[in-house]
Formats: sequence, structure tokens, C-alpha cells
Amino acid sequence: MALRAQTGPYFGEFGGRFVPESLVAALDELSEAYALAKLDPAFGDELADLGRTYTGRPSIITEVPRFAEHAGGARVILKREDLNHTGSHKINNVLGQALLTKRIGKQRVIAETGAGQHGVATATAAALFGLDCTIYMGEVDTERQALNVARMRLLGAEVVAVKTGSRTLKDAINDAMRDWVTNVETTNYIFGTVAGPHPFPEMVRDFQKIIGEEAREQVLDLTGALPTAVAACVGGGSNAIGIFHAFLDDADVALYGFEAGGEGVETPRHAATISKGRPGVLHGARSYLLQDEDGQTIESHSISAGLDYPGVGPEHSWLAALGRATYRAVTDDAAMQALRLLTRTEGIIPAIESAHALAGAIELGTELGRDATILVNLSGRGDKDMDTAARYFGLYDGGER
Amino acid sequence: MRNVGSVIAGRNEEAAGALIGYLPVGFPTLDESVEAAVALVENGVDVLELGLPYSDPVMDGTVIQAATQQALANGFRLAHGFEAVRRVTERVDAPVLLMTYWNPVVQYGVDRFADDLAAAGGAGLITPDLIPDEAADWIAASERTGLDRVFLAAPTSTDARLRKTIDASRGFVYAVSTMGITGARSDVDRAARTLVGRLREAGSPASCVGVGISTAAQVAEVLEYAEGAIVGSALVKALADGGVDAVGALAAELARGTVRQ
Ligand SMILES: Cc1ncc(COP(=O)(O)O)c(C=O)c1O
Repeated sequence: MALRAQTGPYFGEFGGRFVPESLVAALDELSEAYALAKLDPAFGDELADLGRTYTGRPSIITEVPRFAEHAGGARVILKREDLNHTGSHKINNVLGQALLTKRIGKQRVIAETGAGQHGVATATAAALFGLDCTIYMGEVDTERQALNVARMRLLGAEVVAVKTGSRTLKDAINDAMRDWVTNVETTNYIFGTVAGPHPFPEMVRDFQKIIGEEAREQVLDLTGALPTAVAACVGGGSNAIGIFHAFLDDADVALYGFEAGGEGVETPRHAATISKGRPGVLHGARSYLLQDEDGQTIESHSISAGLDYPGVGPEHSWLAALGRATYRAVTDDAAMQALRLLTRTEGIIPAIESAHALAGAIELGTELGRDATILVNLSGRGDKDMDTAARYFGLYDGGER
Repeated sequence: MRNVGSVIAGRNEEAAGALIGYLPVGFPTLDESVEAAVALVENGVDVLELGLPYSDPVMDGTVIQAATQQALANGFRLAHGFEAVRRVTERVDAPVLLMTYWNPVVQYGVDRFADDLAAAGGAGLITPDLIPDEAADWIAASERTGLDRVFLAAPTSTDARLRKTIDASRGFVYAVSTMGITGARSDVDRAARTLVGRLREAGSPASCVGVGISTAAQVAEVLEYAEGAIVGSALVKALADGGVDAVGALAAELARGTVRQ
């Protein structure tokens, strides 16, 4: 079977629905609504129309030769999801799920967010469709992404700072699930990545795969050939699966996911789930997971809030197990250096998440050499990260570092 | 090892039904959690439900989350769960179920977990984030070891799913009302009453209900329609505020609700 044809609930031994019974009806309802929507051309048309007139699709590709000089002279091409309305790929998925919410007839949406990009996108869709919206965000993340908190509030969403556990994305997901269990009859959960219980991994992937479908054609048009390698950062894995999917059955195209290596994968402070974890169950799916011997989730660490997650989507675990995609880790510092390099050489300030993919591309270019073409998913822009970058590089007057 | 189903059936013959008490292992310390569990039984609790603290407890409310987080911070390890079961069952007769999220069992090894729980004298597992659809390994291991399996039923479960849950369960079915509801208790109670009625119609021999119960009157009210009343947060709060004596006193008070009217 073509790899592209794989659907949930299972991707090999990964995936499933490890959830409280209280959520099964809602997941069934969502699965059914999604199955019907897929068959209904009007749904696809409406989503494509929103993509065109609201998000700004298709996003362009940009070749970055001055940056590529630092990547072994390989051709480097960026897929510009940073130019989407709201500043990242997250909007692709949110519009799809918001349309489904309307179809199901629910009036309230909830979401978890790490960097705040998924929360901003969800709050945006809620404003657009007139839905009530509550966003769960770890307290640590509300501090490091204060600008996005203000954006969500301005958009009319309630932002709940989650104070349990590690106070980051995984705990925000726990609280969003608790909200959903409690309010399931009125509320739809717009999940932000390709993790979680079925149907989320498949559905979110389907809403994100447009990235790779567009990019595959665009790169063919530009270069006359498929890329040698495709690179993306991996938090939960939605932008990565979004750009990988169109290439899954192109066996000559190498796929690389770059996880957050934090302070180094030899230290305990990283979020390199596939590189350093082992299979387990978290947030409704069986997948790779950072955990201790007893199966307690280990707190992840990354300078990038959007990658600071100890789990990963099941389809990535499957692709890793099959050897179809390769997952590596990129440290905080390598990502920050790549962020500055792209900014200085090309005038494009990427999100710190996406900078992990750029650092990965530098590594790949050096290995693959001048003949290679590397397609990089630039999943988001860096506006939200200015405070982190300013502190990191000492850009404030009287600055640190 | 005493079988949960027979204890619940017995209490429905001699009294209004069974009182089931929940406490997390390792809170506030391992020793005190064992003492508190023993105190529950000595004061009239019929079945114990010992919770294994877990890093991502999506089904727990704030009181229990705070307690289990403290237990983890104090160094809770899975082995303490088996130790607590052994120490409690050595001292009192009530069957002891472990309530655990699924990943710790997967990591320990489903078969090894079942063997060690049975060896410690445990009666079975309550699995809040495992539905029968995903439970093939656990069903096989519990068949082999004779352990009880308690799955959950929700007001939103279809009739077909209720039947599946009843078929998969042994001991009782755990009827949850929507968690964390802030509305009037009478509404919560109505939802639970309806669910238990549907479970009985679908063939469930025993359904037990947990709906934020904290008084003897509420125990009595639940036992009008269910085979067992499950109390969690109120006991944990009593233990946190007043220690083993307070939790024993609350258990004695709650047990008055099991007296047949
Ligand atoms: C710009 C950007 N890229 C990547 C991610 C990571 O998510 P995923 O791995 O699902 O693409 C985030 C998450 O917040 C993000 O904001």
C-alpha cells in the first residue's frame, strides 16, 4: 500500500484511542463529521476558498542562496508558511477544524497552545466564525510568549494559564482534555498537532498536507526535479507531516525531522522525543515518549515553546520505525544561530521552531553537498520570539549576553 | 484475595449497597497512605481503590491532582503501589483495586504488572484512560490471573458501547457522571441515575457511581439506584486537612449512608 494512503486509528503499532470513555462519543462524532466532510465537495471548496482569501494560499517558495552558502552550497528552498495569516502553518488546520465545528453545530471551541501560535490561530478562527473560545496555555509559556497571550485576548478568547505539572504544553493539553470531558456536549476541541487520539493525527495531517502538495509542484516548477531532502522541525509534528506527506511515496526524496535538542541530548534538558524516547501512551495515543522507567512523563525542555513537548504524533513514530523518515536533534544554540543567519543573509526572521529545521538544513547541506536541493518548511515567523532573541543575542540597550 | 463482585453483591443483600473509597498511594507519605487505607476499611469502607500517582492524570479533579503531584514530588515509584497493596491486604479483608492510568502498566509490562498485583493480594485494576477497544493485552492478563477489570461508562456512551463495557468488565462498571460539573448536585445525580438505569437494562450486574459525594445522605441517595457509591476527593481532602484520624472519621460518617432505610 502507498504510504500516503495510511489512515488512522493505527499507524503500524502506533496511534489508537487511549482516552476516558467520556470522550469516546465526542471522538466518534468528530470522526463521523470528518468522514462526511471529506466526501462533501462543498467542504473542500469552502476550505480551499478560505485558504485563498483568508490565509493567503498558496504560500510561496523562496530560494535562499546567501543562506545556502553556509549549507555546503546545496540549493536551499524555503516553503513560506510564515507568510500565512496569523504567522504560521497552524491556521491551515484550525480553519479545517473550525469549519467542522460549525457542521457539528457546537458553539464553543477550546485549544491547547505552546508557543501561542495554535492558540492565536484558534482565537482567530473563533472570531471569524463567531464562536466562544478558551485557550489553555502553560504558565511558563504565557510568560515567554506574552505577546501571543495579548493577541488571543484581543481576539476575544479567554486564556487560562495552566499551573499544574511542568506548566507547559503537555499540561495545557491535560487541562484542555479535562475541559472537554466536562463540557463535551457544547464544546469542540481544536487540537493543534498530529498527536492525540484518533481522529486527530489523521485529520490534522489532512489539513496540513497542502503544504507538501503545493511545495512539491513549486519545487518541480523551479528546479525541474524533486528535492533531494525535505526538512522540518518536529514538536508534535504537524508542520513536518504537512510537508512530508506529498513525498512519502517518492522513495528518492529523503525526509528529515528535526527535534528540539535543547541543551543537548546527552543532558536531561531536551525535547528529542523520537531520538531519545521509547514507545508509550500519552494524550490518547501510543507513540514515542520521553518517560522514566515507571512510565511517568519526563518534562521536556526547549528554548522554543512550540517544540517543548515530550510526545510526538504516531505517524512520525511509524515513519521512524519504517525508516522512511529520519529524526535528529538540534540544540537551542544551533537553532538560535540559524535564526540569526537566515535573518542576516536573507532578511527573513523565522520562528525559533522553524530555525531548528534551518539548522538541520545547514547540517544536511554540509553532508549532501552542492548537488543537493533541500526543501525546508519555514513553519512560522519570528515576531513572537523577539523577546527571546533579544535576550539571547543581547539586543536590548544595556542587554544581557 | 477477595473478589470485588461478591463483596458488592453481599453488601447489596445485607445493606443498601457498597461504599468504595479512593485514596492515592504515597500521599502524604507511603506509610500514612497505608494507615489511611486501613482506617477506611476499619470504619466501614467495603472496597478500596488505591490510585497510582501519574504525571498526566487527565481524569482527576484538582484535589486529587494536588495530592498525587505531591506524592510524585516525594518520590513515589510504581513498586510502592504493590507494597501498599500488600501492606493493606495483610491487615484488612476488603478487596483492593488499583486505579491507574495506562502508560505505567505498559512500561512495567502488562503481564508482569498483573502477576505482581496478584502476588501482592490485589483484586484488580480500574483503568480510567483505557477503553475495552484498546484493552486486549489487559483482558488476556486478567483472565490468566483472575484479576478484576473495572472499565468506565459515561452518560454519552451509546447502548452498544455500554454493552461492550459491561462484557469487558468484571467486578463492577464505574459509572462516571460528567467530570467536574459545577451545576446543582441534583442534576449530576439525575445523569448518574439515568446512566445506571441504562447499564442495568443492558445487563450490568453491578454499577458504582462517583459524583462528588461527600456526605452520608449523598451515599444513601446514590445507593437508592446504584450497587455502590464511590468517594474520592472528599476523603483525600479529609486526609490532607486532618490526617488519618479525620479520614477514618469521615469514612465512618459516610458508612452510615449504607444502612438500609
Ligand atoms: C511556527 C511553529 N512551528 C512548529 C511548531 C511545532 O508544532 P508542530 O510540530 O505540530 O508543527 C509550532 C508550535 O507551536 C510553531 O508555532
